[in-house]
Amino acid sequence: MNVAELQSLLHGAAVTVGVSVCAIVLGIPSGLALAIVRWRRVPVLAPLVAAYVSMMRATPSITLALMVFFALPSIGIDMDVTHAAVLTLLLNTAAFNCEIWRAALIDFPREELAACRAYGMTLPLAFRRIVLPQVSVRSLPALVNEMTLLIKSSPAIAVIGIVDLTRAASRIGAETYQPLPPMIAATLLYVAIVLVFVGAQRYFERRLRRGALQP
Amino acid sequence: MNREIQILAESWPLYLSGFGNTLWLTACTLVLAAIGGAAVAMLMLSRIAPLRYGVVVLVDLLRTVPFLLFAYLVYYGLPVLGLHVDRWSSGLCALAVYHTAYVGEIVRGAWRNLSVEQIEAGRAHGLYGLRLFRRIIAPQLFFGCAPLIGNQTVQIVKDTAFLLIITVPELTFAASSVQSTYFIPFAAFAVAIALYWAVTLAIEAAVRGIESAAEARRAS
Repeated sequence: MNVAELQSLLHGAAVTVGVSVCAIVLGIPSGLALAIVRWRRVPVLAPLVAAYVSMMRATPSITLALMVFFALPSIGIDMDVTHAAVLTLLLNTAAFNCEIWRAALIDFPREELAACRAYGMTLPLAFRRIVLPQVSVRSLPALVNEMTLLIKSSPAIAVIGIVDLTRAASRIGAETYQPLPPMIAATLLYVAIVLVFVGAQRYFERRLRRGALQP
Repeated sequence: MNREIQILAESWPLYLSGFGNTLWLTACTLVLAAIGGAAVAMLMLSRIAPLRYGVVVLVDLLRTVPFLLFAYLVYYGLPVLGLHVDRWSSGLCALAVYHTAYVGEIVRGAWRNLSVEQIEAGRAHGLYGLRLFRRIIAPQLFFGCAPLIGNQTVQIVKDTAFLLIITVPELTFAASSVQSTYFIPFAAFAVAIALYWAVTLAIEAAVRGIESAAEARRAS
């Protein structure tokens, strides 16, 4: 592999990280919103969210990517590959984040909420000041774990033509007729990216156990 | 709408064969990964430290690699090693080896959760060797693993879709060829997703069945 090839791999890695970070940044609040709908048992919406989560859990990212990329333009929503890629990963991660937030919300002690009401806090205020800070800290390690799963499923977006790390590697392979070296290099880059997230997860878990991470 | 239903009805055999291949790949992977996972778990619990560390590092490394990349490495790597296999074998090989790492980790976790007291009680009652394993250890190991193996099976089903890239004719491949022939993107992939969903719900129901069996066993 020469310098130019390495550069295009690194560019691909930057695309993978960029798209994944967009999906993560949008996916965490989306997951929270979905979780609140289920937690408050909003009529009509709550069962719809439950069905959505169950369906997303079953859908391979690659199938979802193809559907988003081909189906949305056919109903009049035009989007370029980058947006389609972010949307695919977002639809998927929001469902998993919903389950993580929901587990933390269900575990939240009712007495504390009752105490908030006794102090005259409205529900939104109690949620912002009391529930959210504690629930966020509890969910953090699981949310970071979901980020590593997202990175690992992100090669699925290569199928719709975005030049992420996977596609950059297969392009080099197609040009040089030696597919193995760029694939090995790409794999190592993925491992490096995933290890950063795994390290972050271990760090948060350790701090959480020691009680150092206070809301 | 009518046109789409008609096309889907005509393409049904294609979906069915793709779906059949997805189920077949999943089943083979599950069996191979269960056998491999048990072996890997034994190695990870081995008393020989270098062997134990070596296998643990290998398993951890494999679990950080995205499946698609691993499938590519197997697909391009086997011929370099002198093994010329078809895309089916190479896809199945990638699935089996990759999920062996995950199943190995699950089995190791379940093994560590076994209660020492129960095994000692079994010994005290005169159970040794194979009988001790069959009567005391294996049932607990099985019921301890079942929910996580269920999750892993869902993951296997989803990973089979990646084999589309090396043109294994599984369910997403079928949906993709229907969409490219007739250009009915939404309906074509919705059918595939519905079928994936159905398998996942069936797996979840099976896990719940095993869990309630475990519950009944504990109560008796």
